[in-house]
Amino acid sequence: MSLNERNTSMNAAASRDADAPLLEIKNLAITFDTQGGPVNAVRNAHLTVMPGETVAIVGESGSGKSTTALAAIGLLPSNGRVSGGQIIFDGEDITHASEKRIIELRGNSIGMVPQDPMSNLNPVWKIGFQVKETLKANGLAGSNANERVAEVLSEAGLPDAAVRAKQFPHEFSGGMRQRALIAIGLACRPRLLIADEPTSALDVTVQGQILDHLDRMTTELNTAVLLITHDLGLAAERAEKLVVMYKGQVVESGPALEILRNPQHPYTQRLVNSAPSLASKRLQSGKAKEALAAAAAAGTVEVTDQADVLKVEKVEQAAHAEKAAHTGGIKSHTPAGRGDTILEIKNLTKVFKLRGALGKSTDFKAVDDVSINVKRGTTMAIVGESGSGKSTVAQMALSLLAPTEGSISFDGVDVTSLKGKALFNFRRRVQPIFQDPYGSLDPMFNIYRTIEEPLKIHKIGDAKSREKKVRELLDQVSMPASTMQRFPNELSGGQRQRIAIARALALNPDVIICDEAVSALDVLVQAQVLNLLNELQEELGLTYLFITHDLAVVRQIADDVSVMQKGRLVEQATTDEVFNNPQQRYTQDLLSAIPGASLLV
Amino acid sequence: MVMFTLRRFLQLIPVFFGATLLVYFLVFATPGDPIAALSGGKPMAPAVEAALRAQYNLDQPFWIQYGLYLKNLVTMNLGQTFSGQEVAAVIARAYPVTARLAIMALVFEAFFGVLFGVIAGLRKGKLFDSTVLVASLLVIAVPTFVLGFVLQLVVGVQLGWAKPTVSGSAPWNELILPAVVLGLVSLAYVIRLTRASISENMNADYVRTATAKGLSRRRVVVVHILRNSLIPVVTFLGADLGSLMGGAIVTEGIFNVPGIGNLLYKAILKGESATVVAVVGILVIVFVVANLVVDLLYAVLDPRIRYV
Repeated sequence: MSLNERNTSMNAAASRDADAPLLEIKNLAITFDTQGGPVNAVRNAHLTVMPGETVAIVGESGSGKSTTALAAIGLLPSNGRVSGGQIIFDGEDITHASEKRIIELRGNSIGMVPQDPMSNLNPVWKIGFQVKETLKANGLAGSNANERVAEVLSEAGLPDAAVRAKQFPHEFSGGMRQRALIAIGLACRPRLLIADEPTSALDVTVQGQILDHLDRMTTELNTAVLLITHDLGLAAERAEKLVVMYKGQVVESGPALEILRNPQHPYTQRLVNSAPSLASKRLQSGKAKEALAAAAAAGTVEVTDQADVLKVEKVEQAAHAEKAAHTGGIKSHTPAGRGDTILEIKNLTKVFKLRGALGKSTDFKAVDDVSINVKRGTTMAIVGESGSGKSTVAQMALSLLAPTEGSISFDGVDVTSLKGKALFNFRRRVQPIFQDPYGSLDPMFNIYRTIEEPLKIHKIGDAKSREKKVRELLDQVSMPASTMQRFPNELSGGQRQRIAIARALALNPDVIICDEAVSALDVLVQAQVLNLLNELQEELGLTYLFITHDLAVVRQIADDVSVMQKGRLVEQATTDEVFNNPQQRYTQDLLSAIPGASLLV
Repeated sequence: MVMFTLRRFLQLIPVFFGATLLVYFLVFATPGDPIAALSGGKPMAPAVEAALRAQYNLDQPFWIQYGLYLKNLVTMNLGQTFSGQEVAAVIARAYPVTARLAIMALVFEAFFGVLFGVIAGLRKGKLFDSTVLVASLLVIAVPTFVLGFVLQLVVGVQLGWAKPTVSGSAPWNELILPAVVLGLVSLAYVIRLTRASISENMNADYVRTATAKGLSRRRVVVVHILRNSLIPVVTFLGADLGSLMGGAIVTEGIFNVPGIGNLLYKAILKGESATVVAVVGILVIVFVVANLVVDLLYAVLDPRIRYV
């Protein structure tokens, strides 16, 4: 890898032995003092970063990966402290270094690129000011500070740097802000850069660009990088060495590809197996797998097609059963059969009025002439970057937003014209699952009330039968019945999303619209939730409209894909076609931006 | 920004007419006969009474009275008090006193409020923080007239550090004690607001990034925490300036300050509609302008806010 090429003309201290580690963390333990007593967030953490090398710490949220890295630069939260072990930077033990010494090291010896570009720039100061003070603090400002600011900004890939430096953070896009933060992190030529999930808040295509740029810069400057990420594929692609952390401990470390191909620790094995960026097939439910095996055993040719047929038949049966169970609601006009369209979006357009200066308003086409047909019992994914209009489509499909033009018909009935009782019945049959399980559950409602509420609103059953139904639903999403009396804040993100799914299922809907339903979840939890959604689809004949920016997720769950860019539909095909033979440049970009995609093939 | 300011000034017009109409009506509907009050409840010759009623337009129905008042207003004639003084002249005498008192109170609460708030916020949970919190709670809980009388007694009478009451010309030094009393309650709120805002911003991501750049602790606090934390405080202070400028009836009463609050209080008692409406009208304008200044200041402090 190019990072190994030493650029000796740069600032690597010539006097030091190139074989001596730049950063060494030995036996590190970090304790947080909380109201419930001390919590050991990190135990026995070991890692070594050689000069100029890129090392990635991989783990899920709460695994202690950020905490470990931040300890090296003295940035633990105020209630955290190093309770054991050593941090050695460039031969110097800085575990308990004075505040003065740490301030000396920060910026010019150890730089940082933080996670969320939206919250890591001070909103009230201009970008240039924030870069300049970094230079000043480390004695590098000099007389031509403003030129230097423009220089480091353009190095980080910001066009028109001198002009941009005079702007405020809110005038920048997420990608531009991250470039400014990279400029700040590398402004004083540190020998080690801590990059804490530097791109996880960005769109996939931007992610790739930023990481490429970071790679190039750190190679040129011979900067060692400690990359913190939850994405195994990304880590393996960018780093020479991986350190896998789980529940505050380092469970495995070694060369990246070796870990990927031959994971030793059970947690790493699970991580490798469920890394979405490495998956190459649609998820199969248990039954479908059996069918597949049976078909294979029978020596059938075109094994996959056969399985698909079986699957569709199952789905149809379930759909029929579901129909029979329905009393109210819109009656189906066409018999459910293969290829039966349940949701038909036709020439959908949404125009928002943007208020401009002097009372003028400009039209903004968020969705432009989009047509999508969703077949019963299948999953249609709408993919696109933020701002592509995919969530606006979802909102209109849920009848939460009125389209400017075009129509949406559900089971043959135009949704946009529905009013009163008919709209109420429509709501019963189309349910949403939203992105953020922290925001989408009412914190004042316990789980029972959360799931029961839709049943109550639609006057289904009495108190007793509703409780039975809630129990069943919890069982369906693999949550214990004892969860009923708990509140959302007592549950983890994955558990909450299960509750959100149970709530969506309560009314036996035909269609579930998942708006980035797994984006906020950790990889392993994401895999569990996707599996669950898949099993439920099989069992209940559900139709999913799956909105996501993550093509890796699409691969696992979707049958058909619609790719959106700037409000328009650019490509529409089956998942296999899109992945194997993407027609549009934009789709190809999206695909190549999946980190680690090329590693295992 | 210019359009925004202009629009806000245009909004003043309906606000002013609405407020004067409402106040005029309230004074009109107040029980008690102002002419009877004028003569101290003693019987008056019917001819004199009729003449007085005609002089103050009290013999006209409400709409005519209000219309006549507006007509006079256009010619910048605010009318006369019952004692025959020009209302405009009376207000011109009283208002500078109130403005002086208000500015002193504002400076007091802003300076000490932000100072104590910042220290408490940076040392959350320590002794200074707890002491300030308890003290501010106490100040909020005790009514102003109690605080006023106690300070008047202790500082003014027993210790003799300040004059217990203010003389006619209301010089700056005599206004210190009333200003402190007036500013105390807001001081408590400013402290709490600053403290909460500081301790919230201390954990902001951009503060951590600033620290990671290698900035000194002092610079992080002053440049990155303080400015962001002051935004809500400035809003509060601006709104408070509006209400301080409206005069403090209780505080001015205790210390006998010849300000607008005292004037208004006496005018209400006498049912002098001309004075009451004029004072309230001015106060409404002052309040709206003070809020406009806050909104503009907000945009200066926070570049994300742009008015169009």
